[in-house]
Amino acid sequence: MTPPSKTQFGYRRHTDQDRAGVDIAAYPVVVVGAGPVGLSLAIDLAQRGQPVVLLDDADRIGEGSRAICFSKRSLEVWDRLGVGERMVGKGVIWKVGKIFLGQEMLYQFDLLPEDGHKMPAFINLQQYYAESFLVDRVRELPGIDLRWRNKVTGLTQHNDHAVLTIETPDGQYRLRADYVIACDGARSALRGMVGAEFEGEVFEDQFLIADVRMTAEFPTERWFWFDPPFHSGQSALLHRQPDDVWRIDLQIGPDADPAIERLPENVRPRLERMLGHGDFEFEWISIYKFQCRRMQRFLHGRVVFAGDSAHQVSPFGARGANSGLEDGENLAWKLAMVLRGQAPASLLASYEIERGHAADENIRASTRSTDFIAPHSRQERRLRQAVLSLAKEADFAKRMVNGGRLSVPSVYDSPLSSVDVDAWAAGPRPGSSIPDAPLQRASGEAIYLTEAFRSAGGGFVLLESANGAAVEAPEGVGRIRIGGDAPLQDAAGSFAARYDASPGSAYLLRPDGYVAARFRHPTRAGIEAAVARASGRGGQ
Amino acid sequence: MTELSTKTNFADPDAAYQLIVEAHRGLSDAESADLDTALVLILANHIGDLDVLREAVALAQRRMLAASQQQQQQQ
Repeated sequence: MTPPSKTQFGYRRHTDQDRAGVDIAAYPVVVVGAGPVGLSLAIDLAQRGQPVVLLDDADRIGEGSRAICFSKRSLEVWDRLGVGERMVGKGVIWKVGKIFLGQEMLYQFDLLPEDGHKMPAFINLQQYYAESFLVDRVRELPGIDLRWRNKVTGLTQHNDHAVLTIETPDGQYRLRADYVIACDGARSALRGMVGAEFEGEVFEDQFLIADVRMTAEFPTERWFWFDPPFHSGQSALLHRQPDDVWRIDLQIGPDADPAIERLPENVRPRLERMLGHGDFEFEWISIYKFQCRRMQRFLHGRVVFAGDSAHQVSPFGARGANSGLEDGENLAWKLAMVLRGQAPASLLASYEIERGHAADENIRASTRSTDFIAPHSRQERRLRQAVLSLAKEADFAKRMVNGGRLSVPSVYDSPLSSVDVDAWAAGPRPGSSIPDAPLQRASGEAIYLTEAFRSAGGGFVLLESANGAAVEAPEGVGRIRIGGDAPLQDAAGSFAARYDASPGSAYLLRPDGYVAARFRHPTRAGIEAAVARASGRGGQ
Repeated sequence: MTELSTKTNFADPDAAYQLIVEAHRGLSDAESADLDTALVLILANHIGDLDVLREAVALAQRRMLAASQQQQQQQ
């Protein structure tokens, strides 16, 4: 079990630790938890010019591969944060999943059947790589003060700030923050400190994860079995990671004894049955049970919850880390605008609305998958078996076979969106994230729409299908013009098709790359009203 | 919204009933349950309307409740 080097970080005493009483240090934002969500959120805030203090109670990156499937949307977020290409470069790219019943393949799915996207449908990458690349990025940026072995042990809430008590190897100190962002994971200490409930459905079935190192010829696809010959009556999952590491996930039922099952000498024969040989080394073994649950509210005074601290899902569908990263991208621009005085504090309520809906959707999807994979009663199992046996000849049953529905970004039904007034046959409706499209610069050089968005200023952006003179946009709104005499061209026609973009039409994009409004005939007044609404200043 | 049809849809209801009875003839309870389960899924898909399916489930549940109350009264 060899975690990569570079995972150990030094604790350093900070001068803030010498300050006490009325003199304690004050910061606009303190992020608690340097996992994928906290690190990404801190980078996002720093890139928006917002200094951040980032605290973590450990001094190392967590062991074990843990989250391994990162979605297209997460990669697009990371690309905006300057780490997307590195993640994809190291990760294993995949888009095909296959579902087997016994030895027979029932069906396969392709998560990204079209070309012209910068980012793939998914990569598999050990969480420790993702975290270490994010830490490297943190170090490149001014404005992030990352403090290891800083454990939050106390919280006091005030009208316009919160005070954290922090335990370090040198004792306690306190920090004052306008906002505290709790990215401290499923066992969040801050959640306990605000006194929030965290109830939901508990699943009794246990699953064994074994990450093994071996050279193997399996294709780079997600393989899921119901009732495989090597693991009778249960489910199994096989997934490839970088460095010849393979994720194997075996359902072992509610009655298995985890202390016994996790012993390598007991895991080994199970895997030998599956692989047909014993030529592998263990990288990580873990046994898990899970719950699907969320906090009722993500905002508690001056503390905002994001990622696993706010909601938890079963792992089927890769909706844990990916939804946490989506929380971060949703929160970062809103918080930055509020702290700069460009939006009222009430804008943060839309974070809770939008990401609350997303959490509900993720919990619904992952609960359905779990119910299918681990039926609760004899009749539930009978229903599941009927679906599986019908799937061989009936398409409808194939579509019911549920071995995990993989994470896609939610479409927000949001107070920030301006309702469509024009007719659109296609394209992302307000509240949707933008689909990528391949474009060309005047020089002929290829550029993706997501890259053009990234260089368009980081604020609201008007995405225009050029038709004569440019639309007059309000101050501070960036722009991307495509077609006509504009510097970007849509040679393949993908942009026009994916956005139903007739010349002269325009999309107003939020700073997180979601659609705020769209117009067949954009006017300055219409765009201004949509920007105001999406900044929390609109509400009529 | 389409409503669940509870008027007879068969010209020959006896034949429809008999067809289902004969499908179960000679089966054990477990086999019958298996057959019914597959039938429910096939027919639900054929209906293809969640609202109608929801009404059908509700009707079946009301009937269960009514049956158990009747049993209690008889005891």
